[in-house]
Amino acid sequence: MPEVPLVKDVRRSSVECRTPPLRQFSLPSLLLHRSPHTLRAFCTEQNVQECLSHINQEVSSLGLPPVWSELDSSSELNNVSVLNCMYDLIQLHHRSLRTLENMEVEQIKLSSNVDYLKLTTGHLKEQLELSKRENTGLLERERQLQLKVKSLQNCLKNEKEEVQKLQSIISSRASQYNHDMKRKEREFNKLKERLNQLLADKKERKQAIDVLNNMGRADGKRSLWKTEKTKAKHEGEMYKTLLCDYDSRQRELVLENAELKKVLHQMKKEIAATLRLRKLSLKGEKPDLGGTQAASEEEEEEMFDSSKESVELNCVHAREKLTNSIRLQWRKLKSHVERLDSQVFLTQAGESTNGDAVPRETHEEEMERLKLEIQQCKDFIQTQQQLLQQQLSSPCDEDAATLLNDGYMLQEKVRLRDEWKILEEQRKIFEKERKNFTEAAIRLSHERKIFEEDRATWLKHQFLNETKVSSLLAPEKLIDCHLDAASSTPDVSLTSPSVADLQHKLSLIPENRSTKPKRQSEDTNDLCGNDHLQDKQWTDSEDLSSHSLTQEKNCTI
Amino acid sequence: MNFSEVFKQSNQLCKVSPNGKYLATCVQYRLVVRDVSTLQILQLYTCLDQISHMEWSSDSLFVLCAMYKRGLVQVWSLEQPDWHCKIDEGSIGLVSSRWSPDGRHILNTTEFHLRVTVWSLRTKAVSYIKYPKACQKGIDFSRDGCYLALAERRDCKDYISVFVCDDWHLLRHFETETQDLAGLEWSPNGCVLAVWDSCLEYKVLLYSLDGRLLSTYSAYEWSLGVKTVSWSPSSQFLAIGSYDEKVRILNHITWRKIVQFEHPATIDNTKATVYKEVERRPAVPSDELLLHNITMGSTLFNTQSKYEICELPVQIPLVKPEPDRANPKIGVSVLAFSSDSRYLATKNDNMATAVWVWDVQKMSLEAVLEQTSAVRCFQWDPQHPRLALCTGNSKLYLWSPGGCVSVQVPAEGGFQVQSLMWHCSGNSLILLGKEQLCLCYMETEQEEQ
Repeated sequence: MPEVPLVKDVRRSSVECRTPPLRQFSLPSLLLHRSPHTLRAFCTEQNVQECLSHINQEVSSLGLPPVWSELDSSSELNNVSVLNCMYDLIQLHHRSLRTLENMEVEQIKLSSNVDYLKLTTGHLKEQLELSKRENTGLLERERQLQLKVKSLQNCLKNEKEEVQKLQSIISSRASQYNHDMKRKEREFNKLKERLNQLLADKKERKQAIDVLNNMGRADGKRSLWKTEKTKAKHEGEMYKTLLCDYDSRQRELVLENAELKKVLHQMKKEIAATLRLRKLSLKGEKPDLGGTQAASEEEEEEMFDSSKESVELNCVHAREKLTNSIRLQWRKLKSHVERLDSQVFLTQAGESTNGDAVPRETHEEEMERLKLEIQQCKDFIQTQQQLLQQQLSSPCDEDAATLLNDGYMLQEKVRLRDEWKILEEQRKIFEKERKNFTEAAIRLSHERKIFEEDRATWLKHQFLNETKVSSLLAPEKLIDCHLDAASSTPDVSLTSPSVADLQHKLSLIPENRSTKPKRQSEDTNDLCGNDHLQDKQWTDSEDLSSHSLTQEKNCTI
Repeated sequence: MNFSEVFKQSNQLCKVSPNGKYLATCVQYRLVVRDVSTLQILQLYTCLDQISHMEWSSDSLFVLCAMYKRGLVQVWSLEQPDWHCKIDEGSIGLVSSRWSPDGRHILNTTEFHLRVTVWSLRTKAVSYIKYPKACQKGIDFSRDGCYLALAERRDCKDYISVFVCDDWHLLRHFETETQDLAGLEWSPNGCVLAVWDSCLEYKVLLYSLDGRLLSTYSAYEWSLGVKTVSWSPSSQFLAIGSYDEKVRILNHITWRKIVQFEHPATIDNTKATVYKEVERRPAVPSDELLLHNITMGSTLFNTQSKYEICELPVQIPLVKPEPDRANPKIGVSVLAFSSDSRYLATKNDNMATAVWVWDVQKMSLEAVLEQTSAVRCFQWDPQHPRLALCTGNSKLYLWSPGGCVSVQVPAEGGFQVQSLMWHCSGNSLILLGKEQLCLCYMETEQEEQ
C-alpha cells in the first residue's frame, strides 16, 4: 500500500530531515521530534508559504528542480512540479531503499567476511603458535645435536690421540723387541762360532787355579761341613734376621703410634679448651645456650673418657672414639671460626674501620717487614755465593798464588835458617861445656888420687910413729892399735867386735881415698872423742865409706 | 781444596780400598797401589794382559785383576807381594769377575753366561751355578755380606736363587712373576729383595728374604717402564725411575707409592733454587801479556764459570730422542740417595744438562743444577750431604744445602773430568779423566781459617 511505505518513508525521511537546519521553524522541528503521527502538523494553513519555501529549499538541496518558485504569482502549488517532485522524491526514496538493501546485503556479506576472516585469523594464529613451538623444538634438537657432534668430535680427537699414543707405544715396543732380537741373534751367532771353534780346537784349555798357598778364612774360624745341621742353622739365621727387622719396625711403629695418639689427645684438649673460652665469650651474644650446655656436657663426658682411653690404647673402639671426638670438636671449632669471621665481616662493613684498621695496619707492617727480610736474605745468599766463588777461584789465580807461595816459602826459609844458626851455636856451647866438664872431672880424679896418696903417706907416718908404743901387736893389730891410738881413747883394750870393726874400717880405708880432708878430721875427732859413741862413730864412718865408695864409683865412671 | 798432581790410569779403573788407606789404579797391564794420603807408590804388580776389571777384597788385603780377553784372573796380596794367584777359565771364557763378601772366593761369569764359577782361594775348590741370567743387574750381594741373590732363567721363566755366602748353600730358589727380569737389588738392611722387569713392562716386585712375595707395584701399562731402581740407605724408601720422566717413591711399610716426582721442562711454582752455570769468557789479553799467558799454560783456554740463581719460571733445554730407536734417551736413568737419606739426586735423560735434587723429608724439589754441557757423573759424599758432579770439562761442581760451587781443576794441559768417586771418609774425591786421574782433598773444618 502506498500509504504505509509513505508513512515509513516519511518516518525515515523525518528522521533524516532532523539534521538540516530549521531556523525558522522551530515548532515544526519540535513536531518532527515527536512521533510521525504528528506529521500533518508540519504544514498548517498558516505557514503554507514557509512550508513551501522550506520544501523548496529542501528539494533544491536534494538537487531536484524547485517545486515552487517565487515568480509564480499564485500561491497555489504547481501540481506538475509537485508531482514531479514527489515522483523524484519517490524515485530517490526507492533508490535509497535499494542502496540501503544493497548496503545491508553488503554489510551482511562484509560481516560474514569479517567473521570468516576472524575464524581464519584464529586458525592461523593457532597454526603460527604451533609452528613456533615446533621451531623452538627443532632449534633445541639442533642445539643438542650440535653438542653431541662436538662431544663426538672430542671423543674422536681423544681416540685419535689414544690411537697415536698406542701406535707410538707399539712402535717403541717393536723397536725394543727388534733390538733385543738382534742382540740375541748376534749372541747366538757368537755362540755358534764359539762352538765351532771349540769343536775344531784340538787342545782344550781346561780351567785351573794356581795359588801359592791356601788362605785362611777371613774371620779366622774353621769352615764347617755342609750338613743338615748347618742348613738348619742357616735357615734359623735367616729367620732371625727377618724377625729382628720386623721387631725393630714394629717398635718404631708403636712409638710413632704412641706419639700420634699423644698429639691427638693434646689437640683434642686444646680444641676443647679454646671452644670453652669462645663459648664463654660468645655466651652473651649467642642465645643458643642450650646448645652450648649440651656441648659442655659432652666435653665433660669426653674428659672423663680420656682416662679410660689411655688404658685401652689398642682397642679399636677407643681409637674410633678418639678420632670421632676430634672430628666433632674440629667441626665445632670450624663453625665458631666461621661465625666469628662473618661477625668480623659485618662489623667491618658496618662500623668505621677504626678498630679494624689497627690489625690491618699491623698486617701490612708485618708483610712489609717479612718482604724486607726476604730481600735481605736473598742479597745475603747472593753475596755468599759470590764470596764462595771468589774464595775458590782465587787459588786458581796462578800469578798471585805462586808469588804469594814464593813469598811464604822465602820467609819460611829465612826463619828456618836463623833457627838452625841458633841451634848450631847452642850445640857448640854444649860441646864446649861438655869438654870442660870432662877435663874438670879428669883433673878432679887426678887430684883425688894425689890427695889419697898424701893421706895414705900421712897415715903411714902416723902409724909408724904409733908403732913405737905398741910394737908387740901383729902388723894388722898394730894397725888396729894405731887406729886406737889415733882415736886416743883411754881404753886400750879392744873388744873383738871393735877389732873387727877396725879391720873393716881399715880395709875400707885404702879405698877410702875420696874422703874429704874435712870429713876425715871430723872422723878422727869423733874417734878421739867418745868411746860411748864408738858404734855411732863406726856407723858414721861406714856411712862415710859408703859415701866414698859411691864417690869412687862416680870417679871411675 | 787442594788438588794432587795428575797420575796415569787406563780404563777408568781406579778404586780406593774399603779401609780407605790405599788407592789402586791400573795402567795398561800394571797394577799400582798407592797410599791415599801421600800418594806414594807402595806396590807395583804386573799382570799378564791388559786389565779389564779390578776390585779390592773386603778386608783390603787383596786385589783382583781380571783380563777378560785372556780369560784370566790374577789376585795380588798387599802384605806379601810375592804371593800370587792365577785363575784361568780356559776355553770357556770370562765375562765378569768379582769378589765374594768374605774376600776369599771369586765369582767368575763365563762367556755367554753359561755358568757362574765360584773359586775358593782357601781350598782351591770350585762350585758351579747354572743358568745365570744375562741382564742389567743379575747378581747382588746383601750389604752385610751374608747372602747372594742370583737371577736365573730356565725354560723361559725367571727364577731367583738365594745363597748363603758362608758355604754357598742354596737357601731359597723361587720363580718370579716377571716377564723378563732385568735386575735385582737387596735393601740395605738385607731383608727385602727388589726385583724389576725389563723396560717393556713396568713391574717392580718385592720379595722377603725367605722368598715370599711381599708386594707388586706397577704404575702403568704398555709404555716403556722401569729404567732404574734405588734403595734409600735407611731402607725406608725405594725410588723407581722410569721412561715417563717420573720418579715414584714407595715406602717400606705398605709398599705403595707415597710421592711422584716429575721433571717438567718448565720449572714453575716451586720453592726450589735453580742454579745455572754461567761461563765467564776470559779477558782478551794484550800483546805484552800474550807470551806470559801462554807460558802460564792452559789458563788461556779455560773459561771461568760460576753459578747464578735463576728466577722462576725456568726453561730446561730439552733434547727429544729419536722415536724409532730402542732404549731411547728419555726418562730418569740415574737415582742417588744421599748417605743420610735426606736428599735424592736424579737425572732425566732428555734433559741431560740438569741434575735435580729432591728433599725426601719434605717430598719436594730442593734444587736444580743446570750445567753448560751434559752431566756425566754425580755422586754423594759418603759422610756429608754433599753432591759432586762433573760434565766432561775441566771443572768440578759441588752442591750442598748451603750452596753451589764450581771449581777449576788445576792441571797442566787440561784435565777433562769424565767421572768421579768419593773416598769413603768423605774428605777427598778421585777425579778420573780419559787417561788420567787426580785427587782432590776437601778442606776439613779444622784446616779452615
